[in-house]
Amino acid sequence: MKPAELATCDRTASLEVIVTGLASDAHTWNLVFIQLLLEGLGHEVVNLGPCVPEEEIVESCAKHQPDLLVISSVNGHGCRDAKPLIGALRARPDLDGLPVVIGGKLGISQDRQEEQARELMAAGFDAVFQDGVDLASFETFVGALPKEVTR
Amino acid sequence: MTRAATTRPRGPVAVHGSRASFARYVADAQARGALVVQPRMGFSDPALMRAGLRATRDAAEAVVGTLTIDSYTRVGDELSAVRALNEDHSLNGYPISSLSPHTSRWVLDGVRDPSFPVQVRHGSARPQRIVAALAALGLDATEGGPVSYCLPYGRTPLADSVRNWQQACEFLASLRATGAEPHLETFGGCMLGQLCPPGLLVALSALEALFFHRAGLRSISLSYAQQTNSEQDVHAIRALRRLAAELLPDTEWHIVLYTYMGLYPRSREGALELLERSAELAVEGGAARLIVKTVAEAHRIPTVAENVEALRVASAAARDAHRTAAADGTHRSPAEAPPVSDNPVYAEARALIDAVLGLDADLGRALLTAFARGYLDVPYCLHPDNAGRTRSYIDDAGRLTWSEIGSMPIGPVARSSGRLTARGLFDALSFVQSRHDNHFLAPTAPTAAPPGRPRPLAGLSGGTPRR
Repeated sequence: MKPAELATCDRTASLEVIVTGLASDAHTWNLVFIQLLLEGLGHEVVNLGPCVPEEEIVESCAKHQPDLLVISSVNGHGCRDAKPLIGALRARPDLDGLPVVIGGKLGISQDRQEEQARELMAAGFDAVFQDGVDLASFETFVGALPKEVTR
Repeated sequence: MTRAATTRPRGPVAVHGSRASFARYVADAQARGALVVQPRMGFSDPALMRAGLRATRDAAEAVVGTLTIDSYTRVGDELSAVRALNEDHSLNGYPISSLSPHTSRWVLDGVRDPSFPVQVRHGSARPQRIVAALAALGLDATEGGPVSYCLPYGRTPLADSVRNWQQACEFLASLRATGAEPHLETFGGCMLGQLCPPGLLVALSALEALFFHRAGLRSISLSYAQQTNSEQDVHAIRALRRLAAELLPDTEWHIVLYTYMGLYPRSREGALELLERSAELAVEGGAARLIVKTVAEAHRIPTVAENVEALRVASAAARDAHRTAAADGTHRSPAEAPPVSDNPVYAEARALIDAVLGLDADLGRALLTAFARGYLDVPYCLHPDNAGRTRSYIDDAGRLTWSEIGSMPIGPVARSSGRLTARGLFDALSFVQSRHDNHFLAPTAPTAAPPGRPRPLAGLSGGTPRR
């Protein structure tokens, strides 16, 4: 578990995945857990950690050219912060086709979960794993991804 | 909404003339045997914030009020805070520097007084604007620290955080010239909320207290967050008291305990049980103040009513613990605490502190060097300035223990850890949650995961206290 700077870019691993928090979210354990989960499935992870500004997430994706970007947010601002981010990612031709998923507690109340998931999918996410979704569905999604994304 | 005019700390403000101080309030309560209880509470709606303060004020015998700041303001993104306010979008805390001072004065008017101090809690590595905003309101109590508000909560370089906190501390200390006694609480006793062994928590809390002291503050509280084993936690609180006495001359100090900051029990009964254990721990260890958790902790941001309940329950549990100790003849005033000669937490913390203080006469530079060399190294922390070579585990007795110490000067550890798996991490993270839920949640409850599977991803939201 090393900061992103120290992670290698070995392409022999199954998938190279970037795991990140969002700009205003300080939570770390969710990110550490997802890293270990993906590593346990044989994937290679670059963990950007908590409170990563939007530009840094986009630039890290451009630099590492991952096979998957996993965003985890649990502070209740996730839905709000993720929409401009997915817009910025989808606007980059060099990141065309990058699978991007988000999960966690994305709003400060549980009333609007389904609506928020629809909004995020419409904004360009490939999958949304709201609070209460079991890990199996995340693992199934990751397992179904192609091993090498060709761009 | 008007943004606060203040962009950097201004000179001392006239409203700080009162002799009543945060430290005095806590000391008076401690002298009469009452544990001061305090919520974690912040709302972006000023009316709700005011109602919340009023309700918590009357919840128990000795209460301190809290304004918890939202996370946009915490990371210095006031533009997003203002935009959300203008769109009527609720934030996860009170945006103190984006609301007009007029609004904030209305929130506090007739609520905060010498019998109800209010503390601002935020979590910022760039605290200058927040500190300026709270001072402009006549408030003078807050919390944080150059390490604890930086490493766990983002990517601000540690060197920047040290400089920012130096400025914020000097500004707060300058308020003493007005007759006020500004109070600052370390957050160093809570790195990442869980799985950081007590020796390092106590060392960081004490080092941050010394940092505040050297910047001129003379009213300081040292934090410690309840961990996995009560005997170890009592050692930690007593170690912190001894270190405060050794390091902070001419200072009014007290210990503030945080009710468990990791994954919290999901059952109502388990949540209240853990809260009561923390109140008893505060009494036994000699902490003067307790910051509580509510029954909603595992699920969402608590309501005002849930905060009031938590304050009431914690205060009553502390009162009972005091009575029991008095009846048993085991009650001691803080001045006559038992000897700490056989305190492993003190020994480990003292070794870390001595190693840091030996690096540089300037404590800010010493902290930077200590992290660069891995003398201080927070397990599982992803910050680029943290070495990331330490690991911890929960031993068979439920104690939080090192499995890898990296370059920390605390002697060899007996056990070399195996490969850490997601499952292993999850079990450690949910150790306390399970212990307190097991009596109350049937394994087949709808929210529980099938056996052998980790629970949903978002179940990990309790791992740190900042929203």
